[in-house]
Amino acid sequence: MRSAIKTLSFATAFCLAGLVSFGQLKLPEGFKAMAVVDSFGKTRHLAVAPNGVIFVKLERLKDGKGIYRLEDTNGDGKPDKVTGFGGYVGTGMVLKDGYLYASSNTDVYRYKLDGSNNVVNPDKPEKIVTGLLDRHQHNSKSIALDNSGNIYVNVGAYANSCQMQDRSRESPGRMPCPILDSAGGIWQFRADKPDQTYGTGTHYASGLRNVVGLDWNTQTNSLFVMQHGRDQLSDNWPKLFNNKQSAELPAECMYELHKGSNCGWPYIFYDQIQHKQVLAPEYGGDGKKGPEKEFQDPVVAFPGHLAPDGLLFYTGSQFPEKYKNGAFVAFHGSWNRAPEPQAGFFVVFVPFKDGKPSGNWEVFADNFSGGADKTASGRADYRPCGLAQGPDGALYVTDDTKGVIWKISYNK
Amino acid sequence: MRRFRILFALGGGLFVLATALMSQAGKPAQGPSAAQMTRGKQVYLEQCLACHQVDGLGVQGMNPPLVKTKQVLGDKAALVKIVLNGMQGVEIGGEDYNGVMAPHPDLTDQQIADVLTYVRNSFGNKASAVTAAQVKTVRATTKPPAQ
Repeated sequence: MRSAIKTLSFATAFCLAGLVSFGQLKLPEGFKAMAVVDSFGKTRHLAVAPNGVIFVKLERLKDGKGIYRLEDTNGDGKPDKVTGFGGYVGTGMVLKDGYLYASSNTDVYRYKLDGSNNVVNPDKPEKIVTGLLDRHQHNSKSIALDNSGNIYVNVGAYANSCQMQDRSRESPGRMPCPILDSAGGIWQFRADKPDQTYGTGTHYASGLRNVVGLDWNTQTNSLFVMQHGRDQLSDNWPKLFNNKQSAELPAECMYELHKGSNCGWPYIFYDQIQHKQVLAPEYGGDGKKGPEKEFQDPVVAFPGHLAPDGLLFYTGSQFPEKYKNGAFVAFHGSWNRAPEPQAGFFVVFVPFKDGKPSGNWEVFADNFSGGADKTASGRADYRPCGLAQGPDGALYVTDDTKGVIWKISYNK
Repeated sequence: MRRFRILFALGGGLFVLATALMSQAGKPAQGPSAAQMTRGKQVYLEQCLACHQVDGLGVQGMNPPLVKTKQVLGDKAALVKIVLNGMQGVEIGGEDYNGVMAPHPDLTDQQIADVLTYVRNSFGNKASAVTAAQVKTVRATTKPPAQ
């Protein structure tokens, strides 16, 4: 039954989308893709300015720089003016109201831009937030801004499931989980105030293991996030879960957050097959029973371990009407399905109506991996990470394996 | 398996060579016994595969590869310590790996010797076997990690 549901959901997605090849990628009819850059490095999140200039954040320095500004001055679609700045690695990259916001794995900076989206003082950004935890695991700090002058920052939990001994077989969960006071959630800060810390920010939402993709939805005026669900159900709890269950569970969840939201990590995970919250095995769960008190439910539950690294609500007018205000999610691709085949390495689309998902998700851009064998082995050619919308309504997708940035456009 | 497929794709002529290489990798002339490799593989499947993957190549940015690295092919005592104490945060070949490896003090000396021998002689690796006695010596001088 379990595998039947899985097969059905994937098959439905492919069937609905009717994807056709366009270079490396497979896209719906009428769409085309162009590699703006390739082999650029570990390109994570990106932002595209109103004049088409691209800013991209790198997870590894390239010639000593962690942010690049890419400008196409001759109109051939490829950048010919490339400048680097920001000598730190990281993930977050957002443009808002004449400022470029960037995150390292501990801090958030902003850079003033001029009228042509040149960085006014690339060596002297304002440090907006400082001192966020980086304990290697889940250390990327993704960012999103609302329309009221606030910035939201993810601080990932430095653990899989808050065990006494992280990722060890049958190691029980710590109660209460002490990680949650300074990680495993979203913090809210002012976008224009220097040197904010945990103490001066707002602990906005909790119980989120690790968020990499997040976006402010201007229709609902709320923050949406994609959580990376916990790993190693069968590896750590072989008496309770088999490898097939462990490959599918738990769901990769999309949540709509409000101040005070608690999504339940590490105490529960969401089981997309039983359609319910179940108690984590570290906290006495058996894969069936739920928690005494429910936590917030997701708005969309995807199959396990696909690793959502980018989220974007599409507000452009270039794509067909059904895409308007819907969500694109970039799935980096799984590793924790082994020894079962890996999955993901695609960008999906979730239709939205009136601020709620209004139908099944479907695969929008596929074949980043380079074929079924490479998907199954996890040895993918490319892995989607960041998403951004261009001024003309095109969708940009980064790959952080080799450093491709694709521009996906629609021609009527 | 992946290597097998790649070699196979090169053509039928190379098939024989590939097969010969595969069997040679499994039974090097002065390497481990077939029995130890079989036992080691079993430990690998149960304890290591989830993170280091079927092909031993690990996971980008998270779980380090086990193929032709100095950690795997170099000092055996240091390698045994990684299994006993776990590990986090390592740079290999210009890549950072941030995943957490749990300590495995619960494995017996023989199991650790077997799995490390298997890893040192699989995925294209070739190195001397690890013995239970060697593991025992390292364990006796290694402080267990704080819980």
